[in-house]
Amino acid sequence: MKPALKQFLPFVLVAAVAVGAQVALRLLEMEYCLTQLTMALYYAIVVLGLSLVMGYAGQVSLGHGAFFAIGGYTSAVLTTHDFSPFNATAWAQGLKQAHVFVSREDLYGHAVVSVSPWAAFVLAMLLTFLIAHLIGYPALRLKGQYLAMATLGFGLIVYRMVLGSTVTGAADGINGVPEWRLGFGLTVSGKSALRVENYYVACGLVLFWLVLLGNLVHSRVGRALQAIHDRETAANAMGINTASYKLKAFVLSALMAAMAGVFFTHYTAGIGPSEAGALKSIRYVALAAAGGMANLWGVLVVSTGLNYLSLRGLFGSYDHAVFGVILIAIISLAPEGPLKPLGLWIRKLAGRAFKSPAERRPEHGTA
Amino acid sequence: MDTGNLALQYLLSGITKGSIYAVVAIGFNLIYSATGILNFAQGEFVMLGGMVAVTLLHFAPLSVAVTGAVVIVALGGCLLEILLFRRLRNHSVLHLIIITIGLSIVIQETALHVWDEKVRSLPYFTGNEVSSLQIFGAAISPQVVWVLGTVAVAVVLLHVFLQYTLQGRAMRACSSNPEAAMLAGINIRNMRTLSFGLSAALGALAGCVISPITMTHYEMGAPLAIKGFAAAILGGLGNPMAAVVGGLLVGVIEAVSVSQLPAAYNDVAAFAVLLLMLFVRPNGLFGRPGGEMVREL
Repeated sequence: MKPALKQFLPFVLVAAVAVGAQVALRLLEMEYCLTQLTMALYYAIVVLGLSLVMGYAGQVSLGHGAFFAIGGYTSAVLTTHDFSPFNATAWAQGLKQAHVFVSREDLYGHAVVSVSPWAAFVLAMLLTFLIAHLIGYPALRLKGQYLAMATLGFGLIVYRMVLGSTVTGAADGINGVPEWRLGFGLTVSGKSALRVENYYVACGLVLFWLVLLGNLVHSRVGRALQAIHDRETAANAMGINTASYKLKAFVLSALMAAMAGVFFTHYTAGIGPSEAGALKSIRYVALAAAGGMANLWGVLVVSTGLNYLSLRGLFGSYDHAVFGVILIAIISLAPEGPLKPLGLWIRKLAGRAFKSPAERRPEHGTA
Repeated sequence: MDTGNLALQYLLSGITKGSIYAVVAIGFNLIYSATGILNFAQGEFVMLGGMVAVTLLHFAPLSVAVTGAVVIVALGGCLLEILLFRRLRNHSVLHLIIITIGLSIVIQETALHVWDEKVRSLPYFTGNEVSSLQIFGAAISPQVVWVLGTVAVAVVLLHVFLQYTLQGRAMRACSSNPEAAMLAGINIRNMRTLSFGLSAALGALAGCVISPITMTHYEMGAPLAIKGFAAAILGGLGNPMAAVVGGLLVGVIEAVSVSQLPAAYNDVAAFAVLLLMLFVRPNGLFGRPGGEMVREL
């Protein structure tokens, strides 16, 4: 196989699976399932970001739910808050000229002036960038369990702030977030007519990050991160600026989580404080671990699959229990993610079927 | 009531809560020292202790029910190690930690289905809801004395066990250097089982004594695990006695912040202090920076 082709094959495969899933669901007249699948894909972006931090940079963050919430809440607050009392002021007029402020009708048909989704998105990203640096700079000097605690504490503080302040709607969260016209005729919105379109928007976003991360981890940066993961002191001795690399990986994954949060908020037209909860953050870490951490494909499959099952509520009141059992089963039986053993197994079967010794690869001792 | 008494009242309530965090933190430390695992199911032991004791109370007097609950949960902890963690020899510590998170979810959901979502509690060990003791002008429930007394006795016994008995010394040897301990003829695997059993027993005991005050609920474990983890980190991992200080500190900060801040923010102060402390002392209050070995794996 040509190297270029081989490099692109997984991405083509993912695209094919995505399209295949949609077509199959349409044929089965189960397109309503796409809603949960779209949400699961957004969550998967958070977990993919964590896989960069955990699997490649070797750091654990129990605060990514908070970044998801920071993204989601920033855009929810800005796009729903009514700025019309400031209409007459010069800065409000200026922002309107710059298309940062837009006039629209809210759920009850009142004319309101609020920040446009694109501007809110940019602001959310900037805020996340800032906060991720503020928390990441001191926190990443901590080792292992201490870092886990620091990020967990950060997440809990964000959760309590969101729960406690009236700006973020306290325990009710924020509803009535408007749709987001992305341009190119695409709109992020929860309307059932746009269900298929939004599914592909989510797929596109996931694919974008997969390509980016896939390239990143095979670059100089990726190898540096891998070295930090294996032995930080040794990496340092080799001249890798470990602190800077760790911080960059952390900030990038925080931005991914926040971006997923913004899309998710526009898609579900709202966000609640539970998104920032410690359990959400812990869940992301667990999913990244179950997917094999340094294995983007495994992480994608496991997190989308498990989140989808949870969101559809297939197991009813046993949902959490089943999630826990699956988690324990995957990690105890296949610590490197379920895809690796599966791939080896398929390769073995294929090798046996075609009897081509050239294609057969030496098997490493993975169970 | 004047401000001095009020402050004392908050302090006492903080110490009561903090003593439970301390017990959870000790549990974290015991297992961490012996195995390197942070057991996030530690809070579930507390919940199970309370639940089992409440159930046993239908058949037996209080003292028997509490003892029974502690023994049952301790056996459960040992079984967990024997059936699960002992078999996962090739897994990294991070994987094992994630498994404890999974366990925490499974135990919690199992408790929901075995018992139900109702809040239960053991009766007050002495007196009842309205009886109170006066201490320097602050009023406390007799159960608080039970909590503090039980935790204090447990901590002292644990200290004696770790410092002066053969088994305890063997356990400490395992945590400081497993390979050397093995060469000295210590059965490391049994020590690991023992650490799980001890942690579970301590957690269950705490779950019983606190049950009349805070009630027992299937969801109480996870928040306790988080606070206990915070306490263990605050004190510095690997040192059970530092965990006591950490637990009490977290409890007192929490009690003070509850009196000063709106209720919705009640954990913010405790975790903000923790974060600041970590940034100043990255290895906890009493922890020393560990050297790192670089060698061929």
